[in-house]
Amino acid sequence: MRIPALLLLCIAGSPFVRISSAQVTFDRLLNSAKEPQNWLSYSGSYNGQRYSALTQITPANVKNLDLQWVFQQRSLEKFEATPIVVDGVMYTTQAPSDVVALDAATGRIFWTYSANVSAQSRTCCGRINRGVAILGELVYVGTIDGRLIALDAKTGKPVWKVEVAKPEAGYSLMHAPLIIKDKVIVGTAGGEYGIRGFIAAYDAKTGKEVWRFYTIPAPDEPGGNSWAGDSWKHGGAPVWVTGAYDAETNLTFWGIGNPGPDWNGDKRAGDNLYSDSVVALDADTGKLKWHYQFTPHDDFDFDSVQVPVLGEIDWQGKPRKVMMWGNRNGFFYVLDRTSGQYLLGKPFAKVTWTTGLDERGRPMRQANMEPTAAGTQIYPGNLGATNWYSPSFSPKTGLFYLSVWDNYSSVYGKSDGDYVEGRLYMGGAPRNIVPLLMQPAATLNRREDEGYGAVRAIDPKTGERKWEFKMADVTDAGILTTASDVLFSGGRDGNFYALDAKTGALLWTKSLGGPVASGPMSYSVAGRQYVAISAGTSLYVYALKQ
Amino acid sequence: MRFLLPLLFAGALFAQHGYTPSDVENGGRLYRANCASCHGPNGDSQPGVDLGHGKFKRANSDEEIASIVTKGIPGTAMPPGAFSESAALTIVAYLRSLASATNVATVAGGDPARGRALFEGKGQCQNCHRVRASGSRVGPDLTDIGMLRRTADLQRSLLEPDAEVLGQNRYYRVVTKAGATVTGRLLNEDTFSVQMLDSKENLASFKLADLKEHNFLPKSPMPSYKDTLTAQELADVIGYLTSLKGL
Repeated sequence: MRIPALLLLCIAGSPFVRISSAQVTFDRLLNSAKEPQNWLSYSGSYNGQRYSALTQITPANVKNLDLQWVFQQRSLEKFEATPIVVDGVMYTTQAPSDVVALDAATGRIFWTYSANVSAQSRTCCGRINRGVAILGELVYVGTIDGRLIALDAKTGKPVWKVEVAKPEAGYSLMHAPLIIKDKVIVGTAGGEYGIRGFIAAYDAKTGKEVWRFYTIPAPDEPGGNSWAGDSWKHGGAPVWVTGAYDAETNLTFWGIGNPGPDWNGDKRAGDNLYSDSVVALDADTGKLKWHYQFTPHDDFDFDSVQVPVLGEIDWQGKPRKVMMWGNRNGFFYVLDRTSGQYLLGKPFAKVTWTTGLDERGRPMRQANMEPTAAGTQIYPGNLGATNWYSPSFSPKTGLFYLSVWDNYSSVYGKSDGDYVEGRLYMGGAPRNIVPLLMQPAATLNRREDEGYGAVRAIDPKTGERKWEFKMADVTDAGILTTASDVLFSGGRDGNFYALDAKTGALLWTKSLGGPVASGPMSYSVAGRQYVAISAGTSLYVYALKQ
Repeated sequence: MRFLLPLLFAGALFAQHGYTPSDVENGGRLYRANCASCHGPNGDSQPGVDLGHGKFKRANSDEEIASIVTKGIPGTAMPPGAFSESAALTIVAYLRSLASATNVATVAGGDPARGRALFEGKGQCQNCHRVRASGSRVGPDLTDIGMLRRTADLQRSLLEPDAEVLGQNRYYRVVTKAGATVTGRLLNEDTFSVQMLDSKENLASFKLADLKEHNFLPKSPMPSYKDTLTAQELADVIGYLTSLKGL
């Protein structure tokens, strides 16, 4: 039955037609702030701020947000991707490694690319993907079976594919690639499988490898003596969250994950560089310019795979180019991003593994706070005081916002075990009071002293907390702030929140019925601002009622 | 009760292997995704086996073929497939349809290199088609066409382009209320909107409420090469197309 045209008009609202161009040059990526209607990369910009200059949605009208459309991925895995939006077309991934192009205003699908991942793929914590990158007319995705694939943005057809690393040896790709100039940069996940992690750059047009930086130096390289014996060969140090880029210094910054085996450091005596570090690499050559290690010789699985957040702040009376970092180990850091110099470090949640940081920012380990055969209760727990959840920095409020797990501990157990290719290589297992996201509890009955989640605002000039918004359950959600001082985030309890970025006051909330496990983002089409957030296995898109 | 009779009827038909067009279509999709990488689109890539002409080494009845599809052949490269019995029977349906349809004489002996030159030159195929990163996106991307379509299908598309246009390649035209006409490949539609790849190679989405007219174009924009290519040239172009196996 055809629906009468008049009725359609009533349903569809005001008429408009959209045509996409989908030509994204490096110059556009570099100047993404000039086109806030688009969200051109994982964090929205090279500085990792996850900040939108759009202002249609305000603290006053956010209560009028209305669901516009839902994209239900054809997968029951967690939805951890942040979409990108280019001129009215949204590109996102559906687990495990498929790419979808959608009409950003209606959610209707233009095309789907299915990566048909190998049965050889191995992932510790979900067969998931966190998003795509775009350059020119190509969309790039990494797959859980270790491939990097370039797709035609208009048809979804593959133009090239390369194997970055072997899935049978535990390597996988999960994060959205980072485009710099004419290169696509990715890092390898697999820190629980005894990989030797690396970051590599590929020619965006051909897929040819241009440079590779091993996140674990060989014995004859600087830092190589930070691993005992042959432990460097299977020391992990994975990469599974997208880095940042500073065009002024041409440095790209990446957070590096845990050393392996995770909870037994006996065979890997030393600091285990560059695990749990941030590395600053020359974007053209991949050469290391500086590094800063947050957790030397980690035996807690404190990956430093947070998004590096770059900003300019007033530091002791002078403007300074800094990097802000809320680490899984429970400390908030400010570094000079040009030199890597440590400027500030303060705990933002309950921490018992260290007594504090020395004047160079090196943690002073607390005696007897380490994994044991019987198990030791230590704060923060295995999943950290924060994790990969994208933080946000608002240049408008000058505050750094992050998702926090407080009062959260694990009983860290330790065991022996040898490396076997393709098998888990973890040296123990923590016992968790708070379940992993793969096994979320349907109901909640946890006391606050057993762990809770919060969004916290930190003043990067002092490391002091400005406000917090407490949640009953923990949170795996990232954070978005906007130029109108609205902050969006969510929680494992399935709620999607809008807070006042200045005060933390709750402005609006909606239950989406599944854990929020990605970062919100914002874009506009035909002058209308949208906010996208995933929960459960779906992506939800909101705009103000018309 | 209304639905019982047709259901029973369909079940009886299936039991007697009177396959429906949708069985053949679904089976073809499964075949291309799961079987064609070893058996080829024509079903004749394995020595002694010609699935497209009903030539099987170890099976005759539909049940026997379906059993091989699901269980594989131990000790050989033929693996078990994770298909239900009814899905395996749709693959059989597809193979049977090939056997009855391939009595068309196909040109053979084409030279892929000459075919490529014709494709990119005299044939002007790139004006509409893309292979890897070159050519237009207006028509179907042919990067892996040699994996997807049989020689007979390719020949028919070149000679009688209107004979069969796959769903994903259907051409569509919209006229907006403002008077603009846009044509292109229809990518997706629902009750209120259509999504197209238009003739300028842009992704376009239209609300039906904004349109004065919207309809499928009855004919394929693909020209027939019946009178423009010689028999040898046709064989060469087909030779090139069948060599395109994707990435």
